Amino acid sequence: MSTLTCPECAAEIMLESGTEVGEIIVCSDCGVDLEVTALDPAAIQLAPMEQEDWGE
Amino acid sequence: MIRVGFLYTRLRVEEKYLLEELEGRPEVKVTRIPDGELCFDIAQKPAEVDVLFERSISYSRGLYISRIFEAHSIPVINSSLVAERCGDKYVTSQLMVQNGIPTPRVVMAFDEESALAAIETVGYPCVLKPVVGSWGRLLAKVDNRYTAESFIEHKASLGINHQIFYVQEYINKPGRDIRAFVIGDEPICAIYRSSESWITNTARGGVATNCPINDEIADLCRRAARAVGGGLLALDLFETENGFTINEINHTMEFRNSITTTGVNIPQKMVDYVIEKENLFIEKMS
Repeated sequence: MSTLTCPECAAEIMLESGTEVGEIIVCSDCGVDLEVTALDPAAIQLAPMEQEDWGE
Repeated sequence: MIRVGFLYTRLRVEEKYLLEELEGRPEVKVTRIPDGELCFDIAQKPAEVDVLFERSISYSRGLYISRIFEAHSIPVINSSLVAERCGDKYVTSQLMVQNGIPTPRVVMAFDEESALAAIETVGYPCVLKPVVGSWGRLLAKVDNRYTAESFIEHKASLGINHQIFYVQEYINKPGRDIRAFVIGDEPICAIYRSSESWITNTARGGVATNCPINDEIADLCRRAARAVGGGLLALDLFETENGFTINEINHTMEFRNSITTTGVNIPQKMVDYVIEKENLFIEKMS
């Protein structure tokens, strides 16, 4: 398990085992979407903004 | 061994379930294909896979990359044709109308003046929707001429795609709509999506409960799924005084809120379908 810092609100973020690169996680403190960009070492960044043609 | 290419924009909960299901099958080898990171020489086979499982959140990326794979004789689920038919609300509505499937009335217009005429033709209230878009984004309920003029003016400033005015009859729902899941052309389960808002998408806070599939829903789902080409589909139905009606059809459906609610293992059935279709394709080619 890795501990990171939310780039938006500086809250502590724990990556659970089984987390994958490309996965979107939500900061439980500020609610921002974060994208997991690497696992070794772990890294997260603000997820790209939703695009107009995104959906189901 | 079946080599499955898994096309995705983001690994949502749904993609994780699907990958877990695919990677747990001994006869499947999965190649992950992130849709934004790669470039494609259209003269070259895009990947050494037997089938592409298209799960892009981006409609445009999913559509074009599907076409590239299909051009190299790699089947895609859902196919680019199904994506085109479901990804554009006008095309879906047109197919419903052509096939005699109940669907809310739609009037199209292509400039600001005719958009107002389209709205007045449908009558108040009506709904303005972008032809491409999802999750209930940029929907506008038009209650009167004043709001119609405002919405049209706002849409005019949003760019060329918003100059295609799709005006849909407003259906007075009983505080809920129905999301039915279809595999092939067979409905497997459905949920009610309830909300105090007229927008009932679970992405916008709609609450999911199980909806038993009766004969009328099943028949309508089969007909609508066939009309768009079948596949892995989620159909949105409205209940009206005159029976059920098809609102929209989604071709890269989200289902996280529907597995526990319905008790149906949706990702397992989706993966079964992908493998079954690929086996049929291999049989046909041999």
